Amino acid sequence: MSVLVVRGLHKSFGGVEAVGDVSFAVAPGEMLALIGPNGAGKSTCFNMVGGQLPPDSGSVRLDGREITGLSPRAISGHGVGRTFQITATFGSMTVRENVQMALLAHHREIWRFWRPAAARHVAAAEALLAQVGLEAQAGRAAGVLAYGDLKRLELAIALGNAPRLLLMDEPTAGMAPAERVALMQLTRRIASGRGVAVLFTEHDMDVVFDVSDRILVLNRGRLIAEGDGAAIRANPAVREIYLGTGATSGGH
Amino acid sequence: MDFIIPQLLTGLAGASSLFLVAVGLTIIFGVTRIVNFSHGSLMMLGAYIGWSILTRLPRDPEWFVLGIAATVLCTAAIGVVLEVVVLRRVYRAPELFQLLATFGVVLILQDVTLWIWGPVELPLPRPRWLRGFVTILDSRFPVYDLVLIAVGPAVLGILWLVMNRTRWGTLVRAATLDREMVAALGVDQRLLFTSVFALGAGLAGLGGALSLPNASANLQIDLSVITDAFVVVVVGGLGSLAGAFVASLLIGILQAFGIVLVPQSTLVLVFLVMAVVLVFRPNGLMGRPQAEAREATLAAPVVRPAPRVLRILGAVALLLAVAAPFLAGDYYLTVLTDGAVALLFATSLHFMMGPGGMASFGHAAWFGIGAYAAGLMSQWLGAPMPLALLAAPLAAGIVAALFGWFVARLSGVYLSMLTLAFAQIVWAVSFQWVEVTGGDNGLLGLWPPGWARDPAVYYWITLALSVGVAMLLRRMLYSPYGYALRAARDSAVRAQSIGLDVQRLRIVALVVAGAAAGLSGALFSYAKGGVFPTYISIPHSVEALLMVLLGGLQTVAGPIVGALVYTGLADILVRSTDLWRLVLGAVIVLLVVAFPEGVAGAARRLWLRGREA
Repeated sequence: MSVLVVRGLHKSFGGVEAVGDVSFAVAPGEMLALIGPNGAGKSTCFNMVGGQLPPDSGSVRLDGREITGLSPRAISGHGVGRTFQITATFGSMTVRENVQMALLAHHREIWRFWRPAAARHVAAAEALLAQVGLEAQAGRAAGVLAYGDLKRLELAIALGNAPRLLLMDEPTAGMAPAERVALMQLTRRIASGRGVAVLFTEHDMDVVFDVSDRILVLNRGRLIAEGDGAAIRANPAVREIYLGTGATSGGH
Repeated sequence: MDFIIPQLLTGLAGASSLFLVAVGLTIIFGVTRIVNFSHGSLMMLGAYIGWSILTRLPRDPEWFVLGIAATVLCTAAIGVVLEVVVLRRVYRAPELFQLLATFGVVLILQDVTLWIWGPVELPLPRPRWLRGFVTILDSRFPVYDLVLIAVGPAVLGILWLVMNRTRWGTLVRAATLDREMVAALGVDQRLLFTSVFALGAGLAGLGGALSLPNASANLQIDLSVITDAFVVVVVGGLGSLAGAFVASLLIGILQAFGIVLVPQSTLVLVFLVMAVVLVFRPNGLMGRPQAEAREATLAAPVVRPAPRVLRILGAVALLLAVAAPFLAGDYYLTVLTDGAVALLFATSLHFMMGPGGMASFGHAAWFGIGAYAAGLMSQWLGAPMPLALLAAPLAAGIVAALFGWFVARLSGVYLSMLTLAFAQIVWAVSFQWVEVTGGDNGLLGLWPPGWARDPAVYYWITLALSVGVAMLLRRMLYSPYGYALRAARDSAVRAQSIGLDVQRLRIVALVVAGAAAGLSGALFSYAKGGVFPTYISIPHSVEALLMVLLGGLQTVAGPIVGALVYTGLADILVRSTDLWRLVLGAVIVLLVVAFPEGVAGAARRLWLRGREA
């Protein structure tokens, strides 16, 4: 049974078709990479699944439930965690408080006005931080973390609402090559340990082939290939757009 | 329907003057991202300088034009001085501190003008050629108004040519779109900013000088013009020349017809139009969404529990405050009562502005609604003081909920402008609805009952309620709700993606802040024995901003320190010098230049030095 099932997703911007007829599914514990050249429609696809953009047509189902066109907030409530291409954390809080915040939201304890928040879910927050290797930084301000650590923190926050699905948009953008693989292998361990489905976009092919179970290739809004690393490497259409002939995005 | 044509022409003439001021404001904002509160003061200076020059010149048309030109050059030069001496030093400070600095300039210029030209209005004796009339469709129409009508489009045309046909204009347009990129291309920003400011100031001076034959040079120009100009700029879209023109036409004509059709509510009408435009077009008629600044803005520091020393200090201060009636005389007791009211007023603003991230330029609205709620309850229903004190936060909170429903999705400067507009509406209602509010005379005879009439007793009541509610707000900031509010401010996308309802969090913050400010307004009214429209004036809103920003936006103790420092400072100044505005303005400017993170913020930085990685 798949966690996420996407059927026939369409989106146009002013007559330009950004995504056309995209369908796929992700199983629990599976790492599914969404790749393609710039402008292929990866982010549009991603934002339709995450609720940032409403699709023109098609459906997005999570655990069999229809979530098409819901707001990001509602989608989060259905068990979707998300990390962003440009890290988004709460700069005026400590690392631990960032995770506590996610836990408070997950346990629906936001509308409480009296008891101090700092004492809530401390153990759970530290456990999550330990999972991503940030336990030593728990008391520091989130704003002073190194970039790679911020990415880990985002992961811990996203895990805070015990998601069934993790959406990671360019999770390793801006990181050093060695850190990239480490972060994604960490994600992979967590995903298989918790049975979380992971859908991510990525530019670094080393990362993609190293950690993904399956790969989807988008070009000009269309799904042109799907399969495991070996199949994608061997696929002539994929080789063409990545190795470059007149048909690539570079040819404009 | 005879009035239509004349009113239309009057409206167009008004629109021209409005445009001259607003266009300068919008260009300056577009390039420097500074909301220049002192722009109205520049127009006021233009009027006074124009008066001084024109009354000394022969009274022929050519000398009039020459005199106007000289005035424009003078105000442009004053603009250059302002930019170099004050604004250049605060470009890197947070937006609100820049605003505060320009308000300091307003205060300084008010006293300087008063000192040079005196308190009397200065009308310009009109030469013969200015007194002519033409007959249009059977109504007589002043020639000078026709001249004014022509000036607006002429200036727009010239500006359009400058912006689109010169290298300098191209740079200005580029900087309006992307300031960092222009800097990265090696353009001398200082020169660009200074020249832009000079242009804006010159246009304001032109507006001031040209308004002379119809009005007079007076000391009220600055604040009345700046509100109208803000409305025009916001309705047109910040940074848009054409938008400013269209909006001045809209507002000018609206004002001209409003005076004939609904004389009681012209002010309300103008601000309602602004509110409606912002609700449907959050970036104004012709504005674009603002590009995010790429310059590293300082991340808000982590809020931590108060250190032990500060708690002890606070406890000592509170003990002293409680014991004050035994130590201080009657006069100081009234100052202390004011201080306690200010403490709650400032804390309530801080709540929505610091952790909530919603800067309010019109916080006095809630203060006033609370004050009038209490006053009306007591006046019309004979309610006793405790009931009136309860009604105040309820009324302010309910209105805040309605208002919040409209504005919670706006952000940044537009939100601030809408709060200002709302405060002006409330002020206009209190001022113009004489039958209910008593208009300018206010509601009188609002005194505490016998058991609380002793100043010491009323002081204790005020202290207990103010400090109590302030502590409650503080407690809320450390609760899950307070964290969520701060989370929504830090990163709205992240907040939504963990399931927080950003809008609702912000509306609740507005309600809490509004209710607390309402209570402070009611407490103040009982201390003063009445409720007056001045409670809702712009200077009062700015006072609240001053207290919060002086204390420091990102510290929980900040507004308390700021309120006390400000009340003390204002009291000492008002008693010791006639030029208190000048001194206060100078102090504000100096503080902003020296401590861009506020007094409490600077103290905390010193305290934390070496203690935090």
